[in-house]
Amino acid sequence: MSLDMRPLALLAAVAGLALPLVGTPSTWLTLTVAGLAMGLIVFVIASGLTLVFGLMDVLNFGHGVFIAMGAFVATSVLAGMGGWMAAPSLALNLAAIFIAMLAAMVAAGAIGWAFERVIVRPVYGQHLKQILITMGGMIVGEEIIKVIWGPLQIPLPLPESLRGSFVIGDAAVERYRVLAVAIGLVVFVALLWTLNRTKVGLLVRAGVQDREMVESLGYRIRRLFVGVFVAGSALAGLGGVMWGLYQQSVTPQIGAQVNVLIFIVIIIGGLGSTLGCFVGALLVGLMANYTGFLAPKVALFSNIGLMVAILLWRPRGLYPVTNR
Amino acid sequence: MNVLQLEAVQTHIGAYHILHGVDLAVPEGEVTMLLGRNGAGKTTTLRTIMGLWAASAGSIHFKGQPIHGRATPEIAQAGIAYVPESMGIFGDLTVQENIVLAARAARRASELDSTRLDWIFSLFPALKKFWLYPAGKLSGGQKQMLAVARAIVEPRALILIDEPSKGLAPSIINNLIACFRELKKQRTTILLVEQNFSMAKALGDSVAVMDNGRVVHSGSMTELAGDEGLQQRLLGLSLGAHQ
Repeated sequence: MSLDMRPLALLAAVAGLALPLVGTPSTWLTLTVAGLAMGLIVFVIASGLTLVFGLMDVLNFGHGVFIAMGAFVATSVLAGMGGWMAAPSLALNLAAIFIAMLAAMVAAGAIGWAFERVIVRPVYGQHLKQILITMGGMIVGEEIIKVIWGPLQIPLPLPESLRGSFVIGDAAVERYRVLAVAIGLVVFVALLWTLNRTKVGLLVRAGVQDREMVESLGYRIRRLFVGVFVAGSALAGLGGVMWGLYQQSVTPQIGAQVNVLIFIVIIIGGLGSTLGCFVGALLVGLMANYTGFLAPKVALFSNIGLMVAILLWRPRGLYPVTNR
Repeated sequence: MNVLQLEAVQTHIGAYHILHGVDLAVPEGEVTMLLGRNGAGKTTTLRTIMGLWAASAGSIHFKGQPIHGRATPEIAQAGIAYVPESMGIFGDLTVQENIVLAARAARRASELDSTRLDWIFSLFPALKKFWLYPAGKLSGGQKQMLAVARAIVEPRALILIDEPSKGLAPSIINNLIACFRELKKQRTTILLVEQNFSMAKALGDSVAVMDNGRVVHSGSMTELAGDEGLQQRLLGLSLGAHQ
């Protein structure tokens, strides 16, 4: 199947253009790995949201609540495994992190299931109500987090063996960011495999394009949608843990903070497109890190500028979904 | 015996009253043509049968069982295939993936019924040629072939097809006619909406003509084809212009 290479070329061009602007290759490498790590975390969070929108036209502004819940559940789990986190053993440290990630995914998936039933289902097909009620759902979620964990920022320190950096020549690459890149790539490959090699994935891809036709072929799109919603929530929970560890702290507003970024990513990528979400997330991650270094004052607006530029080039995003 | 029976079916779409009491019978093993002017209610009738729009009154029976009020996937699972006017092709999926989706029993291409697949390839050789191509890159005629192929990739008791000849070149229409004749030979039951009277005449065993959301005539195609006055009255057809 032919793949449109131009968005990938754009990604390479952004990284390539940054090299002379940044000046030193070592700084460029550090920033690029940081950008890729941030981009892949954002991809993990946003991948479910783009499919949810593509499948059922549901605008879920409450996606941030799954991120926050995942991050806080993981914080509690990791606090309970202080011994493993402090041990000078990579295996024990990774085991603690993976257990926390699993707990975060289960909790966020369960909350996602309830969120879909109680909040999203009554407003199918009503975009304005979806925006209002899902934002309301996120506010309620944040308040519940404050009741359980308190309103203050909680530190989420990295385990012993993930602190510090790998030194490659003159460049310092943080260990945790390498792990985040690895996890992000595993999620990306797993998603691509599921979407392209399984019948469920085929149904999701078809449903994003024409859900009525999928139903006419004899498949229940609602059931599929609930499955995608729960899986997307679980991935947001995983992303929440990754983001919390990336920031080394969690706050009840962590979801709201990331929400803007993930909406930029799914719009840039093309609503409903997993590959578009992946490339869009990497562009956002790289742009945020390069501009943060080169011109910190414009860093806040860099991603909005990126979105505007891409939409002027491709109004339906980098990889628009056919039939939408 | 009738595979499908509609009695006094009414359909509202929002504030609009589209079907005003449709009575229609589709006999088993025959091709029934549903004809009528634009806006007569033909597409709405097919969509109501599929449950894509809910009937507000009346009944629809398929193989003796009521299907009105049932969800679209259930109706499809009962044995009705639907080829919409838009064709409903998944453009980002390959031809193979479109076919695998339509075959509910197959999880992957290797599980497709190879004999049936060979038969489909004999009807539509272009599908074999473009098997691994994205369906969105096919021509209009090839997409229509794919849409029909999806409907027949597994045996179905009834196939609903909405205006398959629309916008296609005459050579492609002839290809489709040949395919439908082949299906007819196999006693496949088809309800076919068509504006092209030549195609309707070439394929139809029985015919129902709609106007203003009602069936205003039903009978054999031979009778309609042989009565120019009836065609003129029901369809506003000038034979010279349409043959």
